[in-house]
Amino acid sequence: MDVLTLSRLQFAVTSMFHFIFVPLTLGLSVLVAAMETRYVVTGNEMYKRMTKFWGKLFLINFALGVVTGITLEFQFGMNWAEYSRYVGDIFGAPLAIEATVAFFLESVFIGVWAFGWNKVGKKMHAASIWIVALATNLSGLWILLANGWMQHPVGYVLRNGRAEMVDFMALITNPFGLLKFGHQIVSGYTVGAFFVMGVSAWHLLRGRNRDFFKASFGMAAVFALASTLMVAVIGDFHAVDVAKTQPAKFAAMESIWDSCRNAPMHLIAFPDEKNQCNLVSAFPVPGMLSLLAYHDLNAEVRGLNSFPKADRPPVLPVFLSFRAMVGLGTLFIVLAAVSIFFHRKNLLEKYPWFLRAMVLCIPLPYIANQLGWVVSEVGRQPWIVYGLMRTSDAVSKSIDLSQVIGSLLGFTLLYGLLGFVDIYLLAKFARKGPEETTIGATGAFGK
Amino acid sequence: MDLHIVWFVLWGVLWGGYFMLDGFVLGGGMLHRVLGRDDTDRRVLINSYGPVWDGNEVWLVTAGGATFAAFPTTYALMFSYLYTPLLLLLFALIVRGVSFEFRGKEDGALWKGCWDWAIVISSFIPALLFGVAFGNIFAGLPMDEAGYHGSLIYLLNPYGVVSGLLFVLLFLEHGALYAALKSTGALSRRAEETAKATWIPLLVVAVGFLGYSYFATRLYDNYLAAPVFAVVPLLAVAALLAVRLFLAKGKTLAAFTASCATILGVVFTGVIGLFPNLIPSNLDALYSLTIYNSSSSDYTLRIMTFVAFIFVPIVIAYKIWVYRLFRGRVSAETLAGDHEAY
Repeated sequence: MDVLTLSRLQFAVTSMFHFIFVPLTLGLSVLVAAMETRYVVTGNEMYKRMTKFWGKLFLINFALGVVTGITLEFQFGMNWAEYSRYVGDIFGAPLAIEATVAFFLESVFIGVWAFGWNKVGKKMHAASIWIVALATNLSGLWILLANGWMQHPVGYVLRNGRAEMVDFMALITNPFGLLKFGHQIVSGYTVGAFFVMGVSAWHLLRGRNRDFFKASFGMAAVFALASTLMVAVIGDFHAVDVAKTQPAKFAAMESIWDSCRNAPMHLIAFPDEKNQCNLVSAFPVPGMLSLLAYHDLNAEVRGLNSFPKADRPPVLPVFLSFRAMVGLGTLFIVLAAVSIFFHRKNLLEKYPWFLRAMVLCIPLPYIANQLGWVVSEVGRQPWIVYGLMRTSDAVSKSIDLSQVIGSLLGFTLLYGLLGFVDIYLLAKFARKGPEETTIGATGAFGK
Repeated sequence: MDLHIVWFVLWGVLWGGYFMLDGFVLGGGMLHRVLGRDDTDRRVLINSYGPVWDGNEVWLVTAGGATFAAFPTTYALMFSYLYTPLLLLLFALIVRGVSFEFRGKEDGALWKGCWDWAIVISSFIPALLFGVAFGNIFAGLPMDEAGYHGSLIYLLNPYGVVSGLLFVLLFLEHGALYAALKSTGALSRRAEETAKATWIPLLVVAVGFLGYSYFATRLYDNYLAAPVFAVVPLLAVAALLAVRLFLAKGKTLAAFTASCATILGVVFTGVIGLFPNLIPSNLDALYSLTIYNSSSSDYTLRIMTFVAFIFVPIVIAYKIWVYRLFRGRVSAETLAGDHEAY
């Protein structure tokens, strides 16, 4: 193990841990804002209780999302100093703008929302959670524009021994970043929707607070169907863009070794990296891949063998993650559609097996989100900035092995401990009914 | 207008803003068990910064981001050179944030006791490390063309330690004043006494720091070249004296405001002394990182200036609104009526 490998491992650990909390923040903020809006519009106290119940889970989750995000920003300087120096002129800008226009807004108004129940009017209170939701999305936009630039660098020239920005508009209209943003945001909504449906299902199975959790389930189900469909549609556009801008990643996603026209998609395949071919490939759908990638049956799809070995990403993790992600995404659409149907027909409690399945499904959108990042980031290798800078050239020169071993161990231990406590608390408050947590002399926060 | 200088000033403003705003949370955190004798006291303390600590910490994120965008070479070298202290700092900030959120989520004495100590330790570490880091930056790091020649132990040189101590005492004073201002009864009086007791050691260390800087750093070169700037360190000292004066008269708000001015004064005393360096080399000035040799291109600086000039005033405006919204003291009574408090 060397500094490079351990630094990569550390970035993977810290960003994936951060990304346990981010998608739920994205989805739950919008759902809670919708609930509070319904309360303000209808005056129905149940929606206020909904806002408080789901809002408490939101806050527990939010805390870890915020504090683990700081780690990522500073790691660019700590572990990836050569990267920061070489591309800082263009990559630093979206990060600084994110902090200035989005992160401030989010962090200030979360305080207004969490502590302001008796300080601001109803409308202002609802507005503050909308501001948090908006700022969280805006945060994601700037971060994904930064990541989009690493995936598909635009608007720069090589000058003075580094990449310098020459076209800011190109950076903020980079299709790669915008499509990734779109795909990620609705994936986060999916996590939030399935979280609310799963927790509601758990309570419905026990027959407690039935109206409350049916209403929660119904709102989340509509949100789930809208977002999962968007995930698929934007995901398709995103894959088309990847095929165009990162053909090696696309070839790895589908495990295509030889370039061909009218490329088929194999329903079952398994890559064999050593022999540069597929171990298995069965059930071809003729022309399907060309159609998906270029929306043209006769388009040529480039195979991995047309790239020098040194420029190919690791095929197996990218291929498996992509297939699993797409499979899960399809499952989510079906589940969301069935959920709406059962909810509308008031059949939920007639089919306890479905409710149990929805409880078990809570982790799946999280997994799909993580797999998406594996496709995206492992698929970009060996480049840290696609086609411009290799990951191996990006690592800090002045740090030594013992420092990275120490930090990696430290992060793993600390994150492990905090993750454990956080999941324990989320589960504890999710299992409590809304009355137990928010009504009474002392709320749970009030102890 | 020289955009490098604009960003140098903004760099100072962001760090100064961070220390002024998070300083009282760090100070309060260090005093968490000293001021907070029982659970109610401790909840009052946590809830006094509950609505604002998160937004305050963003000043640090923005200071980091602004360094990355405006002075990428400094960002890259500073954070890789200061790897281990920065890591400890990150651990501490992570623990502090979740401690506020998690402490009240269980009832057991062991649970609360653990998070109480976590708050104390995770507030002390950043206060000390920021001081040590800035002291070393003022004194310069051992850098030449081969890179950095120091280590964690190197950073704990006497000047770095004095600087660390100065930051710890500044934040203790600041945190005690904030607690006195935001609480009631015995807790408020105890905080006021703590602020008075902290003041003399703070004065001694501050004077010692100013004297030591003459020998350990080149900070005074700029002041000798342009004596008009001496007004900044003089104001810092005057503000520090004013803290005690206002405390004697029982004017806590004025004392806290003076403490804010002291912290800004200390930061800008260092920043003006550094100019045009961001990190001087104490081996050979040729390898110092300056606002010219480590900056972004003019184009990037122009874009960033445009963004900053629009959004920084907006941020400050809504932050002022929030501080006004949550003005007033926190007490056992206000907490009892508020089910959402920590």
